[in-house]
Amino acid sequence: MNERVTGRPARAPATLEVGETIATAAASFWRLALRRFLRHRLAVAGLLAFATIALMAVAAPLLAPHRPTTIDVAAFQSAPSAVHPLGTDSVGRDVLSRLIYAARVSLTVGVLAVAMYVVIGTSVGAVAGYYGGAVDLALSRLMDVVLSFPPLIIILFAVSVFGRPSLWNVIIVLGLLGWPPVARLVRGQILSLRQQEFVLAGRAIGARDRAVIVRHLLPNAMAPVLVAATFGTANAILVEAALSFLGMGVQPPTPSWGNMLTDAQSLTVLERMPWLWVPPGFMILISVLAINFVGDGLRDALDPSLRLQ
Amino acid sequence: MHRYLLRRLLIAVPILFGITVLSYFIMSLTPGDAVQMLISPTISQADIEIRRRALGLDQPVHVRYFRWLNELAHGNLGYSFSSGAPVTKRVGERVVPTLTLTATALALSYLIAVPIGVLVATRRYSWIDYVATFFAFLGISLPTFFLGLAGIYIFALRVHWLPVGGTITLGTDGGFLDMVHHLILPASVLAVAGAGALTRYVRSSMLEVLGQDYVRTARAKGLAEALVRRKHALRNALLPVITLAGLQIPALLAGAVITEQVFEWPGMGRLTIEAINQRDYPVLMGITLVTAVLVAVGNLLADLAYAYVDPRIHYE
Repeated sequence: MNERVTGRPARAPATLEVGETIATAAASFWRLALRRFLRHRLAVAGLLAFATIALMAVAAPLLAPHRPTTIDVAAFQSAPSAVHPLGTDSVGRDVLSRLIYAARVSLTVGVLAVAMYVVIGTSVGAVAGYYGGAVDLALSRLMDVVLSFPPLIIILFAVSVFGRPSLWNVIIVLGLLGWPPVARLVRGQILSLRQQEFVLAGRAIGARDRAVIVRHLLPNAMAPVLVAATFGTANAILVEAALSFLGMGVQPPTPSWGNMLTDAQSLTVLERMPWLWVPPGFMILISVLAINFVGDGLRDALDPSLRLQ
Repeated sequence: MHRYLLRRLLIAVPILFGITVLSYFIMSLTPGDAVQMLISPTISQADIEIRRRALGLDQPVHVRYFRWLNELAHGNLGYSFSSGAPVTKRVGERVVPTLTLTATALALSYLIAVPIGVLVATRRYSWIDYVATFFAFLGISLPTFFLGLAGIYIFALRVHWLPVGGTITLGTDGGFLDMVHHLILPASVLAVAGAGALTRYVRSSMLEVLGQDYVRTARAKGLAEALVRRKHALRNALLPVITLAGLQIPALLAGAVITEQVFEWPGMGRLTIEAINQRDYPVLMGITLVTAVLVAVGNLLADLAYAYVDPRIHYE
């Protein structure tokens, strides 16, 4: 089967990499990873799309033709026109401006919630993997328990318990409940790394547990976490959109792509006013797809099995 | 194998216990108390006092938890704040519609993912592999509610092939075909995300098996490629895919919340939204518990099925 020998066009030719990897410095690993990433065309396209959306979020006040919360009393549910390029919503706010500003909400949730659970997950996973035994057993069962709750249901439950739904509640709940997959990943990495000589050497020179974990183990375990965090960001954006769509996330008048689709649950809006629901739906799809492709590119680029290829 | 089964069953016990502890913890953050909801609102004030004492509402939290657990073990999930009906009844009547929807979606996602995953694994890095990869990522990235709304827009409002929602045509008594007609769109929408992820798993599982020594042996002894793929590779590649059915349950139940809301499907997902809007915490807690237990049991069954079909699991 020659197709297996040929390898993926998206990856570097093997000969080139062998020559490079002999230098073995960490810097060369990251340089090779970057090179592999740049060969993954969908990942590069995803990164460009993501950068565009991020730029849009930052420059929202410059790009938006109107303020996202200003109500145009002369026009509500009006079709796209010169003044309102994507029309207005059911209370007369400009859809395009809301679309642009909503990028801020999605990116904030994606980045902050994931940052929060990566910190929790990494700590829990490192402790479980490093100490093993009863500690590992207890923490692993805790991960199983949290993972048993269907994500959206437990999040809805928690958001409704924590008072009024808001952007910050969504971030905190996602951050508090999202850590078990990261913890599992880090635990597995640490388990396989802790028997290696450099860890023994670290202990032999008298380094404390904390130092061994933070300085020797974690840096070697972070590549898969980075990949998981990327996919996690895409997922957090989807969950925020779903919560806001259901009315349990970001509340109007603050625009979110999810809450912009809420009105389309009415069949009249769905059938007669596609400008209200198609653009935000596409924005969610494009940003989530872009980030997922970046994640796929990172996974290919950072796969440790390719290190010495 | 028996050792493995026993160990796996023993792991399920602390998980189920942990599920109740975590549910109780979140519930205790709500206004009122988890134990309070165990008292039927329909009984007299004097009886309520007796019941309060019997349930230990004046006791410390760990005592209250075990009293609550005891009631739970006897099938008392409490009473709905909004209707006063027992939670078991309100949640119970929603279980079947949700299971119908999720089971159909699960079956659909396997029907889509297995043939495509196997096909692209044997044609790795061909154009069809790239197209399938793109669509798999598209499926994973599509927000369920957007896909659902777009589905209604196209298939119900534009071409009128399928109904906009509900389980049966209103004003009729339904019948099997009418139900299937109503099930097609929501089940397909729910199946899309799962099918995307599953295609990737089937592909990589098949690729892994195709690289095994026994596949090379089969080829070396001159078997036809189609036979090698079907008999030697496919059978082994599908083993880990079976366990994925268990892992898909949480995502399916979560997806059902949105799908049921969009399609007015009277299942647990729609009940979740109703309960949230009415601040009906006993019902919310009932749903959370029931779905978590469904997930834990689903994972257990998937692991047991895996152990049953794969004799190598002995070594675990």
